[in-house]
Amino acid sequence: MSSRDTQALQAIPVNSPMEKWLRMDRMPHIWCPGCGIGTAVNCFVRAIEKSGIPRDKLAVVSGIGCTGRVAGYIKLDSFHTTHGRAIPFAIGLKLANPELHVVVFSGDGDLIAIGGNHFIHAARRNVDITVICVNNFTYGMTGGQVAPTSPKFSVATTTPYGNLESPFNLAHLADSSGASYVARYTTFHVRPLVNTMKEALTKNGFSFVEVLSPCPTLFARRNRLGDGLDIMRLFKEKSIRRDGLSTDAAVMDLENGPIVVGKFKDRPREAFLDVYNDAMTKALGKDRFKPYGPVTMRDPDGGPVGDNGR
Amino acid sequence: MRSIKEAVLTGTHFIDGDVACAEGAIAAGCRFAAGYPITPSTEVVERLAARFPMVGGMFVQMEDELASSIAIIGAAWGGVKAMTVSSGPGISLMQEHIGLAVMTETPTVWVNVQRGGPSTGLPTLPAQADMMQAKWGSHGDYPALALCPNSPQEAFDLTIRAFNFAERFRTPVMVLLDEAVGHMLEKVVIPDAEAIDVDVRRYTDKPPALYKPYECTEGSLVPDLAPVGQGYYFHVTGLTHDERGYPIMTADTQADLMDRLMRKIDQDAVADIRESEVEGCEVLVVSYGITSRVAERAIRDARRQGIRVGHLRLVTVWPFPERIVRDRATQGSVKRVVVPELNLGQMVREVERAVVGERPVRLVGHAGGAVHDPNVIFEAIMEEAS
Repeated sequence: MSSRDTQALQAIPVNSPMEKWLRMDRMPHIWCPGCGIGTAVNCFVRAIEKSGIPRDKLAVVSGIGCTGRVAGYIKLDSFHTTHGRAIPFAIGLKLANPELHVVVFSGDGDLIAIGGNHFIHAARRNVDITVICVNNFTYGMTGGQVAPTSPKFSVATTTPYGNLESPFNLAHLADSSGASYVARYTTFHVRPLVNTMKEALTKNGFSFVEVLSPCPTLFARRNRLGDGLDIMRLFKEKSIRRDGLSTDAAVMDLENGPIVVGKFKDRPREAFLDVYNDAMTKALGKDRFKPYGPVTMRDPDGGPVGDNGR
Repeated sequence: MRSIKEAVLTGTHFIDGDVACAEGAIAAGCRFAAGYPITPSTEVVERLAARFPMVGGMFVQMEDELASSIAIIGAAWGGVKAMTVSSGPGISLMQEHIGLAVMTETPTVWVNVQRGGPSTGLPTLPAQADMMQAKWGSHGDYPALALCPNSPQEAFDLTIRAFNFAERFRTPVMVLLDEAVGHMLEKVVIPDAEAIDVDVRRYTDKPPALYKPYECTEGSLVPDLAPVGQGYYFHVTGLTHDERGYPIMTADTQADLMDRLMRKIDQDAVADIRESEVEGCEVLVVSYGITSRVAERAIRDARRQGIRVGHLRLVTVWPFPERIVRDRATQGSVKRVVVPELNLGQMVREVERAVVGERPVRLVGHAGGAVHDPNVIFEAIMEEAS
């Protein structure tokens, strides 16, 4: 490290406002220089602060992969689960404890390839959870294999002659599966990201935020896209914001542009628990069904356990 | 702690093992279940779907077994008692999450109404085909805890016990029914709620600043849980972790964690073996589940022929009660051990391992699809006695 680098490091205030949200005893993190996951976490923390949601009532669930490590760094009740299954874990957590705001923070391979079935069904079911997908177009943790988000003809370790498959448009997938809220930004769009994450956190129903993010080490290098800064430049130059655009038109062409970003969908749709409470009250009557609300099993007086206080 | 009166259907019922299992879960305090339809287990979740809304619980039919098996882990961390229900092929799909429940020490109950395999096999017909899957199905070493009812009454009773063990040891517990027990209609007596013992989830007394998720108090191998949403900011991972719950991937951390996990379920503490005329017997039959009831008939017939036959029925099948089996099988009078089971030789290996070559052990296997003809077991006993 040059003396200039050392000076630059020393110039960083020791008590960054981020620190209280992070498990500082887990630093340094595993992410590469130029990676966008840290930016996504930074935006997320600011979104929490803006949302006014009590910190104790937030839980983060991650799957496996580079973004899957978010749960291990963020100082909230946090769960690092299995590959692809963060969403159904989150659904169980939320339905057992509806007062929690449950956020799934994971990567594109985890959520959309191995976890794709859970993703579409969660959007259809519309349980009130927020899914933040850091899409870096590749499998970072395992060394840069092709993903269902990799651009056609891009190079990966498992597609050395180019990816022959077309990528998913995640926003369109979420939208057509029934998500209440769908947005996409890049890690260049820090302010819009903070705002959209805040909206997603407070939206009742399945909310989805896609964060396009550079992976300089594995995706950009192999595809001759430069370093992290070059990707940020590309995000800046090629992206256009189109709020409310139909998600099937929200295209994403990394090479030639455009990369369409924005809040595409924000629709009123009854969330799963609301439907459940209404329907069960009708079916069983008020004396036989008590609405399923924000209560926990824990009873400090040692009262009955298992009835959820209901 | 006693069960919840309003939720317990106290009385005498004529129900099948699947329904009895569902009622046992409700009596034990289970208030969340996730599952995916699969014969012959579906009646369990159908019953829960109808009953849960009236007792403050919720059943969700998930998109597959992978989702079901992790939704219950999420729900358990959310603070409720949770279970999933499936059968052979579905349990195969759930295995990764049995491992996650072991590693994260999440109290959960897993019901497996066994059918014939491999693959789609015999969906509507009985087998005891998953006895080894219940022990070795997920990757890595881990302590398995599994109970094996042989009647609808026991399906009720042992489902309650499974929930209690799950809380006591913070571990996944499997209830191994089979198609015959699951679909058999019999009398089931559900006692008063006050007569049903229910283990309470054990939460830490420590404030967040002093709490470590996987730190055990002196003399215990089971750490206390922290409640979610109360400012503990705990971290849970399926990676090898230290007392703080943080991933530490070293051989030493792995050795410490695995040592505690493997020791925390003591086989004698959870053993339940039913013995009949074992003392002084010349042939010892070791059986479990539905096959134990078929064996009863064969044993009765052999005793009428003057053969001294003892019967050891395993109710707790995992951890295998090898000390007790060894003790009974190697008593002086025993000449032979006979193990009838509805598979081609699974628990017989455990019996052989316990006996360590000191007595001949004979398998009376059956590929599944029906229960044994009791005469086949009878003839095996008679041959071994001669």
